[in-house]
This record gives sequence, structure tokens and C-alpha cells, in this order.
Amino acid sequence: MSEMLGATPMQREPAVTIFEKGAAGRRAFVAPESGVPQRDPEELLEPRLRRRTPAALPQVSEPELVRHYVRVSRRNFDLDSGFYPLGSCTMKHNPRLHERVAALPGHARLHPLQDPQHAQGALELMWNLEQALGEVAGLPHVALQPSAGSHGELAGVLLTRAYHEARGEHRTKVLTPDTAHGTNPATVTMAGYEVVKVGTNPDGGVDIDDLRSKVDDQVACLMLTNPNTLGLFDPNIEEIARLVHSVGATLYYDGANLNAVMGRSRPGDMGFDIVHYNLHKSFTQPHGGGGPGAGPIAVSDRIEPFLPRPVITRTETPDGAVFDLDHDRPQSIGRLRGFQGNYGVFVRAYAYICSLGSDGLRDASEIAVLNANYLLARLRELCGEDLPLAFGERCMHEFVLSSTPLKKATGVRTLDLAKRLLDHGFHPPTVYFPLLVDEALLIEPTETETKETMDAFAQALAEIVREAHVDPSIAQNAPYTTPVRRLDEAAAAKTPVIRQPAA
Amino acid sequence: MLATIGVASIDELFEQVPESLRLGRELDIPTGLPEQAVYAHLRDLAARNTSAEDEITFLGAGMYDHYVPAIIDMLMGRSEFLTPYTPYQPEISQGGLQVMFEYQTAISELTGLPVSNASVYEGPSAVAAAGYLAKLANGKTKFVVSRGLHPHSRETLLTCAHGYDIEVVEVPLRDGVTDPDAWAAAIDGDTSAVFFQQPNFLGAVEDAKALADIAKDSPAVVVGSYDPIPLGILAPPGECGVDVAVGEGQTLGNRLDFGGPSFGFFAATEAYLRRMPGRIAGETRDVDGRRGFVLTLQTREQHIRREKATSNICTSQALNALAGVVYLGWLGREGLVELGELLLQRTAYARERLAALDGVAALHEQPVVREFALALDVDGLEGVRRVIGRCQDAGVNPGYALGQAYEEHPTGLLVAITEQRTRADIDRLAEVLEQALVAERAGAAAREVRA
Repeated sequence: MSEMLGATPMQREPAVTIFEKGAAGRRAFVAPESGVPQRDPEELLEPRLRRRTPAALPQVSEPELVRHYVRVSRRNFDLDSGFYPLGSCTMKHNPRLHERVAALPGHARLHPLQDPQHAQGALELMWNLEQALGEVAGLPHVALQPSAGSHGELAGVLLTRAYHEARGEHRTKVLTPDTAHGTNPATVTMAGYEVVKVGTNPDGGVDIDDLRSKVDDQVACLMLTNPNTLGLFDPNIEEIARLVHSVGATLYYDGANLNAVMGRSRPGDMGFDIVHYNLHKSFTQPHGGGGPGAGPIAVSDRIEPFLPRPVITRTETPDGAVFDLDHDRPQSIGRLRGFQGNYGVFVRAYAYICSLGSDGLRDASEIAVLNANYLLARLRELCGEDLPLAFGERCMHEFVLSSTPLKKATGVRTLDLAKRLLDHGFHPPTVYFPLLVDEALLIEPTETETKETMDAFAQALAEIVREAHVDPSIAQNAPYTTPVRRLDEAAAAKTPVIRQPAA
Repeated sequence: MLATIGVASIDELFEQVPESLRLGRELDIPTGLPEQAVYAHLRDLAARNTSAEDEITFLGAGMYDHYVPAIIDMLMGRSEFLTPYTPYQPEISQGGLQVMFEYQTAISELTGLPVSNASVYEGPSAVAAAGYLAKLANGKTKFVVSRGLHPHSRETLLTCAHGYDIEVVEVPLRDGVTDPDAWAAAIDGDTSAVFFQQPNFLGAVEDAKALADIAKDSPAVVVGSYDPIPLGILAPPGECGVDVAVGEGQTLGNRLDFGGPSFGFFAATEAYLRRMPGRIAGETRDVDGRRGFVLTLQTREQHIRREKATSNICTSQALNALAGVVYLGWLGREGLVELGELLLQRTAYARERLAALDGVAALHEQPVVREFALALDVDGLEGVRRVIGRCQDAGVNPGYALGQAYEEHPTGLLVAITEQRTRADIDRLAEVLEQALVAERAGAAAREVRA
């Protein structure tokens, strides 16, 4: 098929790195005059401590640099250009207002060690964001410091550890459902606990009997997403919370799926003790091709003394509220990173919350759930036989299809469907996750997509399924139109080339 | 849409949520605002901060007011870089993956180490990540940490090490640098990793090679936390016997942003390739033989290895790492060296100029390249704070009050230089600091009289 189509213009353009461009002596940077009396450099820094050979950085002019990275950028698919229904990643629109306000020098050029007296605007913003996030989660105490979801998880499990230790207990195990994000078990190990998996019941929720058999006084915590990674709200959550609390363990909420329930239901009210948020999911921080994000946490009263430090304080004075950073927190788990966290991300998330307000946040979740159910209904109508829903009848903000029937009938796997979707101009859903669903496709449209976009996506997927029955090799060899075609990942891992070889 | 789904209302879609868990009221958050009003609110908040735009700042201590070239704003703002997710579908993510590959190359060149990942969160958590690598690599029970390591790095390491039960032993400074005798005495067969910072928190250049050599006969992984900017002139970690070099990447083309987002870099010797945390891009070929890039060595990572992963990191700092590699390309091979030499000269000038003031002395005599510590003749940390306040009233932020983190240096002041601080700025600082010290000492005398 590719021979038939011929290579696209972008395919004909070989990938050349910045290290393969330029020429000796070219540059963009012009150093300022030092302006101070020149001293012998070797007197200031003796040769023993010096670098002998300059780092082999690129030697390019500014126009070359700009053209290179603009051309490289065009080899990316992005959310501004097309539908991105990547399940559990909440790829909602990134308003450009947020970039504008984050770039204001009062935010962007504020030094993190500026005296709090001279950073009142920043601290007020962070305080307000904490209040809003706490209200969304239904938990009163928020710490913004963690830098991403998995960092928030680490904070949460270390908080659990500190909580138990303060009571003189040394527990050994953390429970996670078999539908959990991979970050959950990885975090548990980093925090020094053993992972114990809890099964899933036929309805897609936590298997209560299995949970009951595993909950004992060595369990420190249960980590859960609700709705879970199958896109289902666990109706037994109160019973789960009761069981976990009955042995003195904490209940941790992975906020990756918070976009389903904002303003409708709150993890704190469900009985969760600790929650993390992904500000780069529910709260519009652009994902940047793999970060930055932020993973603030919210906790209940009993966990509060252990929060990472510093914490932001607010004091009423006759001249108005005064904000400060409190480092004197003797029971704190300590820091998880430098300074106060990814403030630029807080600015964007705060701008989003100000824009939407209480009603808008609830609307966002309602439309996210409406869109997911609509897309699910369309796909069941068009290709339900080949791509059935893995669990349940409806979903929250995302849903999982399994392409096992299609694979049996045609040999076309989920991976092939994903690759063929690329030729239709769509980013594929999350594939092969959650792990307990064979040939899984995890689809999350988010609230910012239109009916027309979802209809077009459903039509494209239906067309690919139809095509698979006629000629499975088309999907199996896809994609054809992307800047490169299927890549040899095994070879990349076997003999890793992870940098430009030195000239 | 509701009809297609087969429900009468959106409420019906939320029937999975038990009645008792439905909020049933509005969130207690103000109602939404139009774009203009949000802009105005955020602008008003920004106006209540004193940024590096508003004062001449010599504040550093981990983040520095370097110039961010305009092309970085332009490139970071491009939808193609700003709005994709992590490159899970390589065929349509070649842009981001190639940037990661180039970034890894740049960091590898900068550090003189063959292996770099595609970024971690930021500096101090990169130090902690190096600790976890060591723990998994050799299973020993102790970290040895120089007191010259940034206080935030030390505290972050302590927080994380507590999770997996490793003891952290701190080695003091002597004459401004890590005390080599105490360092040697602290390192033994149980040492999992040793940590130092270059230049250290007091601005002093450490003898990195000597520190690494001391650890050579132990099982310890040698971790150096580096400021990348002086690496134009300082011996790179790869030539000093450092196994893992990490650091704060903010100075490479990222804004101050009140502390983030920036990125952390993480580079290592070949031996640790398969123990690295985070994403790594690798080169390969597509089915037609074209050069392309993929995320590689993923069996290290959480989504494959789960509880046996080398780290839990998922989302890191790709966009900020892009700024890093563009910045290094903008500086170029010669520019990084010129910038280093420039800072060396201006820093020497500033240290000499300020230390000559009445009531000021250099806190140590070690070589410095971009930051230095002074001791002020004032009454403790509070005295330093008052001096800083007076300078700020005159439009100059003189630096960081060291006594906050180093009780042994209550009157210390840490002064940072960037290429944005000219000789005129340094002279102005000298003038303002001198006046502030006179006023402070007059105030102190008056307080004594009152007492």
C-alpha cells in the first residue's frame, strides 16, 4: 500500500538533528562585555578545576535554530490540531489566556526565595487555589508542592507512613486494585511498602470479598481511583472505605479520573483520606509532550500535621490578609522538591478555576460524562460486535472497549487499530490498559470536544473495522501517512542509541 | 446526544454514584468570570509581587535570573510542542522524541557522561532520584551527604530515604568546602551513595575529583549535583569520577516562575543505563528504513514493571527540557564557555568589591564562579534580614540570608551573579549595601541604648 501511495513530503525529508547541522564558529548568542577589570582567568580558577575541551554543543545561527525546531515541531501531532481521546489523560482544551497570564513578569520572573512580603500576590494565588481544590475534593488541607501525579502519590504514601509511625505502628503492605495505574505500585515500593493486589468483581468494581480477605492490621493504605480506570464509579465505595478504616488504614484517591466528578461527588465525602490532583489533566495545564504538570494533594484533619513543608498561612490583619510560608512543621514528612512547587502550573490551574467557577466545573464534568457516553453509544451502534464494552452498560468520563472479537475474526489487534487511526488524523485511545482487559482501548473524549468530532472519530473507527474484515493487512501495516511508519522498538532497546554519536 | 445514549437526562448518567455521595449543592467556589476579568485578576495578583523585573536582584541559591532568549518563548508556545501528551504513539510524535534525543545528547556533552534521560522534575528531586537508583543498585544502608548540597536537596533526599529506610549522614564544610577528612571518615562499606554539589551552596568550587576519588574504594555511587551554567569552564562530572550527575535545569532557558516548572537533568555512566529513572528516547528505523525515534528501555518504567520499576515517574518536564536544549543550542559551543568566563570575571569583581566594604568580609576564600558568600558585621540572621529589607527599599535585592539554612553562618549573605547583572548593577549593590549596613549598625546602637 505504501508503494502505491508513495512517500509523503515529510517522509522524504530525513530526520537530521541539530548536532548534524551548522558549522564551526556559527552562533546565535552574543556575550555582553564583562565591563569589569579583567583578571587572569587561571588565577581565578586554576587549570586543575577547569574543563579542558568545550562541550560539543551545536554551532548554529539563530535562523538555523528557529527553522530546525519549527520543522521538528511539525513532526508532532498535538491537541490543538486534532482529537486526542487518550484515556486517563484528560486531554481537554488548553486556553491560551493561561499562557498569557503565566507569562506576566510578576509571575514569570518572581524568584522563589523572594521574601514572602514581596510575593503576596503569588502566595494569595496559591492559597486561593488550595481553597478551591480542597472544596472540589471535599478535604480541607491542600499542599501544592508535588510536581506530578506520581509525585503526589509518593507524598500520599509517605504521609500514610508518617501517620502510622506517629501512632507507633509499622505497617508493611499497601493494597492496589489490579486496574491501578502503574505509578501506584511503583510508588508503593519507593515508599518502602509491599504491594498487595486486590481483584476486580464482574461489574468492574473492587472485589469486596477479596478486599475483606486482604485487609488486616499490616495494611497501611488502599490506593484507589474512582471512577476507576474502567471508567466506572464503584458503587461500593462506602463499604470499601469502612473496611479499610476498620483496620486503621488510610484510603488514597488517585485523582487521574477526577474530571468525571467535579461538583457532583467528592472523594472526601466518599471516605478518602488523601487525594492527589493532576493539574495537567482536569485543570488544563498543557501537557507539553510529557510535562510539566503538578500533583497537589489534599488530606483530612488527621493527616494534616504531616503535610510537606512549607505550608502557606493566611493571617487577617487590620490592613487585610497577609500570607506567609510556614517552615516550622515538626511532624512534616519534609520536602519533596525544591521551593514551593510548579507555580507556573498553579497560575494556569487557578485561571481555569476562576474562568469556570463552581457552575462551570460541574458543567465540565457533566459534559465529559455525557460525551463519553455518547461516543460509547455511537461506537456500540457502529462496531459493538467487534469492539464490545469491557464492563457494564454505561460509563463515567471514559470507557474501555476490547478488540478481542475483532482479533479473533480478522487477526487485527488493538495496536493495528491504533496505528490505522493515525492515517485518519486521530490520536488513538490509550491501548493495552487497563491490564485486566484483553486488547483494551481506553477512550476519554473530554468535555471540550464537539458532537461532530466524536461522530467523525466513530465513523473512522467503524471504517477501520470494516476494512479489517475485508483486508486485515491494511491495518496490520499501518500507518502509511505519518512522518515515519512503524518503528522497530525492539532494536532500539536491544542496542540503545540514546544520543547523537560524537563526531 | 441523550437520545442516542438512551437516557432522559445527564443526571441519569450519574446514577452509578450512590445517592448519599452526590454533592447536591454548588461547590463553594466563586462563579465563573469572563476572560477579561480573569486576566485582570491575575494581573492584579502579579502586580503584588516584586519580580526580577522590578528590582536589581542578586538572589540565587538554586535558581538564577538568567536571560531567556525570545526564541524560547516562541518555540515553547507552539501548539506542536505545548499541547501533545507524552509520546506514546511514536509515528506522530517524532518532533517531541527527536527533541528528547537532542536534549539527551546536549546533557551528555555538558556532563561528559554517556547516558542521559529525557528529564526529571527539578533539581532536589533529581538528587533524591539518584539516591533511589543507588539503593536499588547496591542495596547498601547509608547515604553520605555534603553539607554543601542545597538544603532543599538534602531535605528532599531525607524525606525519600525515610520511605525506604536508609540512614543519611551529613558531612560538614571546612573553609567553605566539603571537609575531605570527615568525608573520608563517613564513607565505608555500607555506603550506598555519596552526594556533593558543584559549586556548593556557599558558591565554592569543590574539588570534585578528590571527593569522588575518596569514595572509589567503597561500593558507593558518586552523585554530583551540578549547576549546568558553569560547566562551560568547570571540569565536567564525567572527567571527575562522578557516576551520576544531576541538577536543576532552570538556568538553561527556563523562567524563575517562583520555583517552577523547570526541569531536572539526570546523567550517568554506562553502568547505570538500565537503572535510569524516567523516559529515554532512542534512535531506530521504521519499516521502510527511515531514521526515527522511540521511547526506549521501557522495561525500567512503572507502566511496564509496576512495583519493580526503577522509579514511579511518569509525567516529567518535557517542555522545559525543550527550553533547555534550545538554550544550549542558542549559546552554542563557544557561547557556553564565554558565558562561564564572563560570570567568573564579574563574580570575582563583585566579591572583591563587596568584601572591601566596611562591615563585610568574604565568608570563605575558595574559588567561585557565579555566586559567593559574605559575612556581614550585623546582629545575627535578623540583622541580615533588616539589611536585605533596606537594600530592597532602595531597589536592590542583595541576595539570600544564609542563616535561614546554615545556623553556623547566621550573618551570611549569598550573592549571585548572572550575565544580566552589569558592573553598574554591582557597583549599585555595593553602594546600597554600604548604606544599609551603616543604617543597620546605627539602628543596632540605638536599640542598645534603649535596652
